[in-house]
Amino acid sequence: MNWITNYVRPRINSIFSRREVPENLWTKCDECGTMLFHRELSDNLNVCTHCDHHMAITPRDRFNALFDGGIFVEVKVPEPITDPLQFKDQKKYPERMKAAQKKTTEKEAMLVAEGEIGRTPIVAAAQDFGFMGGSMGMYVGNAIIAAAERAVALKRPLVLFSAAGGARMQEGILSLMQMPRTTVAVQMLKEAGLPYIVVLTHPTTGGVTASYAMLGDVQIAEPNALICFAGPRVIEQTIREKLPEGFQRAEYLLDHGMLDRVTPRTQLRDELITIIRMLTNQPPAVKGDLPAPDETASQPATEQAEQTDKND
Amino acid sequence: MTHYLDFEKPLAEIEGKAEELRTLARKSEGMDVEAEASALDKKADQMLVDLYKSLTPWRKCQVARHPERPHCIDYINALFTEFTPLAGDRNFADDHAVMGGLARFNDQPVIVIGHEKGNDTKSRIERNFGMARPEGYRKAIRLMDMADKFGLPVVTLVDTPGAYPGKGAEERGQSEAIARSTEKCLQIGVPVISVIIGEGGSGGAVAFATANRVAMLEHSVYSVISPEGCASILWKDAEKMREAAEALRLTAQDLNKLAVCDEIIPEPLGGAHRDQAAAINAVRAALTKMLADLNGKSGSDLVKDRRQKFLDLGKQGLSA
Repeated sequence: MNWITNYVRPRINSIFSRREVPENLWTKCDECGTMLFHRELSDNLNVCTHCDHHMAITPRDRFNALFDGGIFVEVKVPEPITDPLQFKDQKKYPERMKAAQKKTTEKEAMLVAEGEIGRTPIVAAAQDFGFMGGSMGMYVGNAIIAAAERAVALKRPLVLFSAAGGARMQEGILSLMQMPRTTVAVQMLKEAGLPYIVVLTHPTTGGVTASYAMLGDVQIAEPNALICFAGPRVIEQTIREKLPEGFQRAEYLLDHGMLDRVTPRTQLRDELITIIRMLTNQPPAVKGDLPAPDETASQPATEQAEQTDKND
Repeated sequence: MTHYLDFEKPLAEIEGKAEELRTLARKSEGMDVEAEASALDKKADQMLVDLYKSLTPWRKCQVARHPERPHCIDYINALFTEFTPLAGDRNFADDHAVMGGLARFNDQPVIVIGHEKGNDTKSRIERNFGMARPEGYRKAIRLMDMADKFGLPVVTLVDTPGAYPGKGAEERGQSEAIARSTEKCLQIGVPVISVIIGEGGSGGAVAFATANRVAMLEHSVYSVISPEGCASILWKDAEKMREAAEALRLTAQDLNKLAVCDEIIPEPLGGAHRDQAAAINAVRAALTKMLADLNGKSGSDLVKDRRQKFLDLGKQGLSA
């Protein structure tokens, strides 16, 4: 090791690599390797324009695209006690939390919001895989309960986007207890006769799949999402055999009767509007711009125009 | 032949010596070793007291998994009369990892459901080491529906390393089955009482333990993940299970402080495996008391109380 290898070469490299790929402007698709321009990628909801691979999308970006005009109001989530077990592995739990907050600029692994999609009022909750693997701890449990309570109070459907590696180990048994807690939330919706729609996104595993993420009235998944209780590696270690192609992926679950639909992210919004409006007995949404005034003037029914969605 | 755990090695030596002396004395007449042997017995007893006075969380896991610990089948045989096993999920198969059926507890008809691990190689394989497949949870759902329909309390005995991580289990909807079983526990308008008799392994345990009252045997454990699993994820080293067991707070004592466990059932000295009858009797007493508390309540109150109990969890943490 000398001055050149330690100091000069890295600096030269960094100067050149920076010029080659300016940060944040281009993203490489994990699946096909195509370089995608950031605007093109975000316009396509983080779905590769070349191979349709669905990359992760943050709850905030998802809500911006989901709600009419990107307008939504966050639903307040009751704050749980921090670090209930004083958990320490190689790092302290509060340190891991701080790092995750810094990385995502979000407070926790779930965002809850109310707003309209295609002029249809809903409450939505989305899990953030980028925040400690989307893991379900007390906050996520509180978020789902808050979402259900809000939906019941406003008599609105709840749409939940799941994404998680499972329960948050750092909260030990209290994370496990979110399985029954969130199930209570689902029951609140059921008793109020409100639709509960789950959109399973990559990946949804463990205790999350084994509770609220599998209890929807309608179960939709994004293409190729990994959805399972035990992960493929654990199963391979247990049964000591190679698993079939596509095992535990959305399409495989659809084939095995575990899902209602597999829907690409870019078509999800329209599909949610269609399903929710039927479940809540509302007239179909009118797609596209409002019709020209002279055309509607001759028609007696004008309330249809109110349902028109301008944001498609 | 007693099975000793690794931390019981010194105890095994002393008890072994006492045993040896007595065998020797039986062979050669006129030899009096009783004084020496009973001195060893005394030493062993004291050692047992010391060892079990403050078991570390990892040692508790070992005791909870002890092969001679009374299992679901032992409790069912001893505590219930007229046990009538009911099989199958009416869908795919009967899961032998889950026992369930009608039985009487103190003459009161109940539905009893539990994980059975098996007690020798053959039965362990048949019982799949207490790891249920979706059929097991769906059988439980069916039995809980029956309990609800006929107004019978549900008693569950939890003892599982976790739900079975297998190909078929996943294909047939392991997660959905667990979610529905938890949901069913929350819905039924009859008392649901759960006793964690050994290992409460993650979602596979929650599916049966979402109860009005959750009791745990003194040395049983209940956790979101096994210490080995947690160690391999967070420490990147499965050998760090002692540290993980410590951090996870999976003992009955810690869970009682967190209000996850309502009652701790005392075990005989040296663990339930040293005196099965005493352990079973302690469970009988606890079940009798819990059932008496719940028997008079209306179905809607039972549902409401059960829900509220779980919604309230997490309001108190552990102080260091």
